[in-house]
Amino acid sequence: MRKSTFKAPSMWLCLSLLLLFLFLPAVLQRFYTYILAVIFVTSLLAMSLNMVVGHGGLFQFHHGVFYGVGAYAFALMITKAGFPMWLAFIASPLVAAATGFLIGWFCVRLTSLYFGMLQISLGSLIWALAFRWYSLTNGDDGIHGIPVPDVISSTTSSYYFIFLFFVLGILVMYVIHMSPFGTTMQAIRDNPARCSAIGINVRRHQLLAIVIAAFFAGVAGVLFVVLERSVFPDLLFWVLSLEIFIMCLLGGWFTFLGPVVGAAITVSLRTFVGVYTEYWTFILGILLILLIFFLPEGVMGFFTRKFRKGRGQEAASARGLHAES
Amino acid sequence: MAFDLSAIGSQFFVGLSRSMILFIVCSGLSFVLGVLRVPNIAHGSLYMIGAFAAYTITKLFPGPEGFWLALVLSPLIVALVSFVAERVLFCHLYQREHLMLLLFTFALMLILGDLVKMIWGAEYRSVMAPDSFSGPVTIFGASIPRYNVFLLIIGPLVAIGLWLFTNKTKIGKIARAAAVDREMVGAVGINVSWVFAFAFVLGCFLAGLGGALVAPTVSITLGMDHNLIIEAFLIVTIGGLGNMWGAMVGSLIFGLTQSFGVLFWPQYAIVFPYTAVVIILIWRPKGLLKSVW
Repeated sequence: MRKSTFKAPSMWLCLSLLLLFLFLPAVLQRFYTYILAVIFVTSLLAMSLNMVVGHGGLFQFHHGVFYGVGAYAFALMITKAGFPMWLAFIASPLVAAATGFLIGWFCVRLTSLYFGMLQISLGSLIWALAFRWYSLTNGDDGIHGIPVPDVISSTTSSYYFIFLFFVLGILVMYVIHMSPFGTTMQAIRDNPARCSAIGINVRRHQLLAIVIAAFFAGVAGVLFVVLERSVFPDLLFWVLSLEIFIMCLLGGWFTFLGPVVGAAITVSLRTFVGVYTEYWTFILGILLILLIFFLPEGVMGFFTRKFRKGRGQEAASARGLHAES
Repeated sequence: MAFDLSAIGSQFFVGLSRSMILFIVCSGLSFVLGVLRVPNIAHGSLYMIGAFAAYTITKLFPGPEGFWLALVLSPLIVALVSFVAERVLFCHLYQREHLMLLLFTFALMLILGDLVKMIWGAEYRSVMAPDSFSGPVTIFGASIPRYNVFLLIIGPLVAIGLWLFTNKTKIGKIARAAAVDREMVGAVGINVSWVFAFAFVLGCFLAGLGGALVAPTVSITLGMDHNLIIEAFLIVTIGGLGNMWGAMVGSLIFGLTQSFGVLFWPQYAIVFPYTAVVIILIWRPKGLLKSVW
């Protein structure tokens, strides 16, 4: 790990946030601890998507399928195959990554909208299978009451478990983001033609990025099962994929932590506005429209621009992507 | 396995009439995609509004005239909704990035979906076709509902009407030109913003028409937009983006594979169309017919 990967002031901010979230369950009610855990799981998912969308420029329209595959793989390994929990925990994200390889292998031949459409069709195929294969997946009923070890069965302990993997996931993703591979991906996003001209194998890089993103989505899927102890076909449905796509845009998809903000906003809206009115998606829709008109770079993008005027490269490269598409 | 020939025949016609509804909805989506270059995610919601509006109108005017009134009025209601959304909000975004347009249509889907929930509630609704459409008809030994025959007639009629419109009228030609090269259309002094508005409203009108037509054949419920829009996207992609005949080909493939799936392997019927789409997209990623993109 190079020293320049982590900068001192943001390090202190991160450390204090880390301590804050470690102590929060001690003072919060159980329900809020649970909501925080949901936010962590969703954030990890949204960040894994942003690796390929915001920093890779790919139209990853059906990312939810990797999340669902991770969750289903974990659930099936425990309930049907009788794998020990820890083995299933390692194997499930690998299954998701393998699915990512399979789907990505077909998709990287195409660009922009066609890439997204092929991915939607392949993902929908997996959804349709899970929806109908009653003998294996219980079809549209899903699998409920998946046993997890006692160590992580209570809300607080599952919170810490999820938080641990959330932090690990973010660290690894950050290292990848700052690595030569991550920079190459951003270069491919900004100008695929030039990258290919200077000898970068564009498709192989994109495929690898999809596989890595699918792996982290699989981790998020496993964490979802740890938290909820159930899986259902909606995890594989394209509406979820669209939702996480929107989270990235909402938070600011050219910033590293933007998706976390987007996920936190969406989950909080669903939870807290959902208490008062069942029309919380209406509010979300209004919010999105306000965002489109007033904060087109997303919440984090806006703050990044406001507070660090000098480092506007990421926002500037936004335009490069759209010129391509 | 031996199959009853008439069962195959009736499944064929059922699939065909389902394809016609899909075609009407998808041709609208494809038209918007072609001219505005935006995948309109709210298209499914407008289709749902069309179906719910048809329900309300048939409730207000019981009897056969209510159904015909619904067929005329609900697409107009949908067109009005889309016109307001376009002129008040959407038209200010044309200069912006592409993904912002996509995001806007998603926001519209969320808002319209909840508006439908507010107005009509979450119960299942159904619409009765007029009495003249009840009872089966026998075609080539296959017995199919009379309403499906009506759909089989109206689908090609819409296709011909749309073809005549885009090829023979001035505004249709302008819309097609805008699909190919919008800067050039602007350069010869045509107000592109209004062309876009018109194309968007026409596309949404077709969504509403599809919703009104589908109303007597399904139970109308929240969530029908989510199921439709994904199918519609895949159909316009396999047909060729922005190509009306492509929407027809895609709808036929989607509808027929599904209805034959029901015949051969009912449990996995919904898997068949997706498999067909995957095969076609791997074979010809840009769709079967020429795309305007």
